[in-house]
Amino acid sequence: MPQTTTRPTPAEAAPELDTPGRGGLRLHALRRSFGAVRAVDDVTLDVPAGRFVSFLGPSGCGKTTLLRLIAGLDRPNGGSVVLDDVNITDRPAPERDVGMVFQSLALFPHLDVRRNIGYGLRIRSTPRHEVTQRVEELLELVQLPGLGDRKVTKLSGGQRQRVAIARALARHPALFLLDEPMSALDANLRESLQVELRLLQQRLGITTIMVTHDQREAMTMSDVIVVLNEGRVEQVGPPLEVYRRPRTTFVARFMGTTNLLRGTAIDHHVVSIAGVPFDLGAERYRIPPGADVTLSVRPGDAELQVTAAADVTEPNSLHGTVTFVRDLGGTTECFVDCGLDEPVVVLGAARHIEGVHRGDPVRVRFAAETCTVVTD
Amino acid sequence: MVDVAPAPPEDLTDPVTEPLGPVPDPHADESSRPRMPWSARLLLAVPVAVLTVFFLGPFALMLRTSFYRRVQGGFYEPAFVLESWTRLTSEFYVDRTIFSILACAFVAAITVAVAFPFTWYLTRMRPRFQVPLLVLLLSALALSEVIVAFAWDLILGRSTGITNVLVWIGLMSEPRSYTPGFVALAIGLAYIAFPYCVLAFYPTLSRIDDELVEAATTLGAKRGAVFRTVVVPLGRTTLVAGFLLVFVFTLGSYIIAQVLGRPEHWTLSVFISDQAVFNSNIPFAAAIAIFLTVVSLVVVAITSRLARQEVAS
Amino acid sequence: MIARLPRTLIISFVMAFLVAPILVVFVASLNANQFLDFPIEQASTRWYQELFTDSQWRTAVSNSLTIAVASAAFAVALALPMAFVLHTWKPRLTQVFFALGVLPFMLPPVISAMGALVLWNEIGRIGRIENVIIAHGVFFSTIPLITISLALRDIDPSLDEAAMTLGASGRRRFATIILPLLVPSIVTGYVASFVLSLNEYIIAFMVAGFSVETLPIKIFNSLRYGFTPTIAAVSVVFTAISVLALSVLARLGGLEKLLGGSVTER
Repeated sequence: MPQTTTRPTPAEAAPELDTPGRGGLRLHALRRSFGAVRAVDDVTLDVPAGRFVSFLGPSGCGKTTLLRLIAGLDRPNGGSVVLDDVNITDRPAPERDVGMVFQSLALFPHLDVRRNIGYGLRIRSTPRHEVTQRVEELLELVQLPGLGDRKVTKLSGGQRQRVAIARALARHPALFLLDEPMSALDANLRESLQVELRLLQQRLGITTIMVTHDQREAMTMSDVIVVLNEGRVEQVGPPLEVYRRPRTTFVARFMGTTNLLRGTAIDHHVVSIAGVPFDLGAERYRIPPGADVTLSVRPGDAELQVTAAADVTEPNSLHGTVTFVRDLGGTTECFVDCGLDEPVVVLGAARHIEGVHRGDPVRVRFAAETCTVVTD
Repeated sequence: MVDVAPAPPEDLTDPVTEPLGPVPDPHADESSRPRMPWSARLLLAVPVAVLTVFFLGPFALMLRTSFYRRVQGGFYEPAFVLESWTRLTSEFYVDRTIFSILACAFVAAITVAVAFPFTWYLTRMRPRFQVPLLVLLLSALALSEVIVAFAWDLILGRSTGITNVLVWIGLMSEPRSYTPGFVALAIGLAYIAFPYCVLAFYPTLSRIDDELVEAATTLGAKRGAVFRTVVVPLGRTTLVAGFLLVFVFTLGSYIIAQVLGRPEHWTLSVFISDQAVFNSNIPFAAAIAIFLTVVSLVVVAITSRLARQEVAS
Repeated sequence: MIARLPRTLIISFVMAFLVAPILVVFVASLNANQFLDFPIEQASTRWYQELFTDSQWRTAVSNSLTIAVASAAFAVALALPMAFVLHTWKPRLTQVFFALGVLPFMLPPVISAMGALVLWNEIGRIGRIENVIIAHGVFFSTIPLITISLALRDIDPSLDEAAMTLGASGRRRFATIILPLLVPSIVTGYVASFVLSLNEYIIAFMVAGFSVETLPIKIFNSLRYGFTPTIAAVSVVFTAISVLALSVLARLGGLEKLLGGSVTER
């Protein structure tokens, strides 16, 4: 099995898995339309157990609809939902083994914290002492000890979110679903809770799917990102891969600022951009010569050098004039006019781009391994 | 199209290329509304049945009865005669109808003219002052029509009424009775209609943002102008709805007309019960009732059409 | 101050206008004399005592209370399932059903009274207190229908969905989540129907007025045939009950919100 670690995780105790291996989800050809609008258009996806997956995309891309189909809050027009090899497509939400955190958190206002968290257990007629015990466990887990008797209307935003999480996890569900859970919180709280939630998920080893429109959030928390656009899956992969190797211009743009360089293939692995040959590496691509090609290069991967040598044609680089410099403190962003449709953006550490001013002639280098071919 | 060699293998989430066993296709209906289970249908059917039997049913019965022949002694026999309906078209009843409509329109006009600005002031008050006023309003609403009639009878009567106070002050030479009479009738009707009118205006007027008023004020408008140019246009639809509400409401008033009005002031409602109970002429009473229903329905229909316009705009 | 003259005038006028009858009746009820003088010469509470000792008045009060308690409950019993089903499943004929529920109250009460009279004549059971209870229940069911429907609209739909994901069936969700949140609107609907039923004359009169004497009927009859300030005393007591009930509503909080206003701090 190839290496699965994509980013370093903080040192911690071995994960306390509720039930190892439980929570494998498979979606096949899932469809959901509302009238003429195809909210979910033929989505097929395999979510292995224990992973943190983000459904990422702009509003209206169908990510929330997809989540609701998994939760059973909505029925698909076609396709199937299979959990741990059991087809649950026809099961309504109450019969599915999921725990969900809603965007509005949906805490029951007439019940206190304890009763909110224990709701799912009481529905199942769990013996009272078990319910109490489990509620206490969960309060510890989400770091809200002693708040059991508080009315939910008297809690802060962050506290309410933790109660919502505890409630969703109370019944040891196979799937943990979150619909833009941080949207009601302010920025500071959001960032610290993102880390906490990720740590919690790793500790429990529970299969988690989170819907978000914030790519930074997705990158912070996920093992895998699923980028959705207009009801379809555009790309699936670990965060850094989706960031570094986007498959389409949509994904490239959505994951952050990027340079899109359009040109024509003059060889199987060489593309001509504004007359300059860009070698992408023979082992990476095999492109039919003459085809239209678009390359995506992240601003952070491009290199800048102040030089006046405009007539020299260097492969994998463009010559241009600086039109704008943005000082961001630790980093500097330069906009360079290289004669393309849009300015080239270069992002680098401040000390590397020191002394660059508007009007300076510069050369921007794009190393082969940082160029990704994207389709439209 | 670019034909690209496959990128390095992804190990974590390969899309499944073949389905796992049979793929069911649940009802392909596009509707996003859940189906209604039978228990829900039953839950709805019972109240609807009750309403049909005890509200719609009587209408059919009334219609049928209006064509029956009235028999002396308080009974009626099945028949199909038009005497009830023709009587309704006689000059007396036409006069009564016209009077009812005009009187109620008049009362509606003055009630709305006072209630609208009053409600506007009310909605601008702080809760501390608003709530007691609202309680006062609701208390007035809670007064039985009988008690209201009785009280105004006292106030406007000769021996006990307010005219005695005026005489005592010196504004009048001797006490007078205004009841029964048109003035008393109008006052009584306005009194019972007023709280409902305020309640009808309240939602719309309370929703008018303070900032709109402030904006108008900074543009130089004084209070009166603000009211004329901001509040009235925004509340226009509610204004009309309030008028119609009072109109229908007073049209249906029975006690006030009987106690505070002379027989020439009686509204159709009075005639209905008068005919039904005291003259035992059920067919005729039924005919008047149907007629009154039609008039009211027309007015209600106009009101809801206007309300829908407001929602749409 | 001058600029606010219209405001002050209108508010003072309205307040005086609204209070006048209440005040007059209250004062008249304390008159020691048999007759209806105003102003009164001597105060006494004997009419209140008579109210509680006279068996006819007591029966009338008992009838009114019985009808009010029962018909308000009946009104809520009709309105609650209707409002809930229409809100949850929105069947095709929702508008029609809702119109049916709202229509009785929109039309002049004399029409409902006439209809009920004809109906019970037809059935053959006339002059019974159940007739009045049913007629009032049907007539006033509009009020809880509206209050409960509005409350249902205000409930966050995610609450029901959250309960679904926690394993609760439709019945459990209704009992544990929806119903508790509807209690304020149910109480409001009940109290409003109760008060209106207490004070209602024409339906009670036409449906069973000669055999079941409610308080408004008795007051009205007394006005015609023989007057004592007991009537004034009755009116005061009656109004006090209604005001009390409404104050409870006001205390339940958010009176402005209840009436459909927007809740903003001024």
